Amino acid sequence: MDLYTKRLAVNRIGLALSMVAMVIGLGALVWILGTLLFKGLDALRPRVFLEMTPPPGNDGGLLNAIYGSMLMVGVGTLIATPTGILAGIYLAEYGQRSWLAPITRFVNDILLSAPSIILGLFVYAAYVANVGHFSGWAGAFALALIAIPVIVRATDNMLSLVPNSLREAAAALGAPRWKVILQVTLRAARAGVITGILLSVARISGETAPLLFTSLNNQFWSSDLNAPVANLPVVIFQFAMSPYEDWKRLAWVGALLITLSVLLLSVIARVLTRQKISS
Amino acid sequence: MGSPSISDALTVTTDEPTAHRNTIKQARQDVLFRRTTQLFAVLVLILLGAIVVSLAMGAAPAFHKFGLQFVVNTQWNPVTEQFGGFVPIFGTLATSAVALLIAIPLSFGIALFLTELCPTSLRTPLGIVIELLAAIPSIIYGMWGLFVFAPLFAEYVQPSLQSTLGTVPLLGSLFQGPPTGIGILTAGIILAFMVIPFIAAVMRDVFEIVPAILKESAYALGSTTWEVVWDVVLPYTKAGVVGGVMLGLGRALGETMAVTFVIGNSYDLSMSLFSPGNSIASSLANEFAEAHSEMHTSALIALGLLLFVITLIVLAAAKLLLLRVARREGERT
Repeated sequence: MDLYTKRLAVNRIGLALSMVAMVIGLGALVWILGTLLFKGLDALRPRVFLEMTPPPGNDGGLLNAIYGSMLMVGVGTLIATPTGILAGIYLAEYGQRSWLAPITRFVNDILLSAPSIILGLFVYAAYVANVGHFSGWAGAFALALIAIPVIVRATDNMLSLVPNSLREAAAALGAPRWKVILQVTLRAARAGVITGILLSVARISGETAPLLFTSLNNQFWSSDLNAPVANLPVVIFQFAMSPYEDWKRLAWVGALLITLSVLLLSVIARVLTRQKISS
Repeated sequence: MGSPSISDALTVTTDEPTAHRNTIKQARQDVLFRRTTQLFAVLVLILLGAIVVSLAMGAAPAFHKFGLQFVVNTQWNPVTEQFGGFVPIFGTLATSAVALLIAIPLSFGIALFLTELCPTSLRTPLGIVIELLAAIPSIIYGMWGLFVFAPLFAEYVQPSLQSTLGTVPLLGSLFQGPPTGIGILTAGIILAFMVIPFIAAVMRDVFEIVPAILKESAYALGSTTWEVVWDVVLPYTKAGVVGGVMLGLGRALGETMAVTFVIGNSYDLSMSLFSPGNSIASSLANEFAEAHSEMHTSALIALGLLLFVITLIVLAAAKLLLLRVARREGERT
């Protein structure tokens, strides 16, 4: 085989393998989503949304878990959004000449990828152990800690993209700095910041690990944030690992619901940013 | 005169004391606002410190009792209160190593496809589809791994691995034991699919910043696409690619739910990839809420602290590498 044919062969093999890698990646996604749809839709009935989680061996629904999840994700987001946006504003608007901003940005990026179970462990050690009982608040705090770095990063990035001429124009009209930031630059970066918030909601909606020892779980209707609160991820974990067929079926339904809402949020977030770029 | 608003503005500025008071008020508000945002930025820094301190305090009893033995001891027995973290530490490292071995070539292939081969119109949608792999919650990977992947893996893949690689001396010991479908290898494979989107996204991004003139020069000299990627793009983006891999490693080390489902949760030490094991994260997920004795809780927190410190180092290294790439990109343009 001469050199030319050999180089051509290597090229063909390399590119073919690259396509195989792409197909494997796509295949994994299709396979997982297909399994979810197949097993989840099979067991999806109205009573899933109308009844509480059942005792072993009984049929029931996921109403308390769905409500508890929405409650904690909601509270978590309410804590994380102002915190994340304000920290992001400092990084992008005031951070240019300070030593604080680069370090904070670095630490924030690390927290962004830090294991979520460690944040749960932290909330346990700092809050649950002191209060003495598992609670919905602890779960919401743990979720907020996961969401904050996402929102900080999005706010920082999006504010940095706002052209300086906008800030200068507002300042030339005599507006104080805080008005420039809140009413001009933040407004200009609105779509991007909202995208960041949506992505953080998507991220924390599916988080299981930090809830295992913060909010724990509750078999009944629970709206008291000072007590253990039922939530979808932990219910799925508990039901899927159980030997009971009814529980396993409900776990698949829960998995389908969570995945659909997370993917929907991610897609909406992406569509929002694309519109921002194209306009 | 002009509109009322302009005359209003004029009266305000001519009224000296009011204007002065206004300026002072606004300056005060400005400082207040700046300090508030600064406070929240500092809060992020404090959070990292608080995590380390509170975990260290929780872990102190275990470290005090077992000392450095904690890291190398293979015993984990809540009944006799003997705790050694070697098995979960080993499991964490082994699953992550398997995951990277699989994920690196696949991510490279995907990034290569997206940057060089894919028709332009398909680039964005296919890129988003791969990113969606990262959006799927980890518990879903776990369920899929346990109920769908593991049975198929045990029936078709493991026996053939045993009859081929299992007969090779030395290497064969990695593939011993009954093919149950769950264990370190399965956990590694599931982890690989979870980190592919992260590694592939970084690789694609750094491949895209290679100056077109470099690639065009190589093509003009008669290089094939593979040669351009292997000999021009890859050396140019080395730091970024390593950064992306480290980012993936950071994710793999701390991944909890997917691993907990398929690793088998056993504290028996075994060299075989087919045998069940445990990772730090899965030990925490399984035992922490049920740990009653103080030493058990403390030992688990100690494991968590070790995990956090390892991932911090890996992620910081990744971030520094990627920052270097970004800075070089900034200098070039």
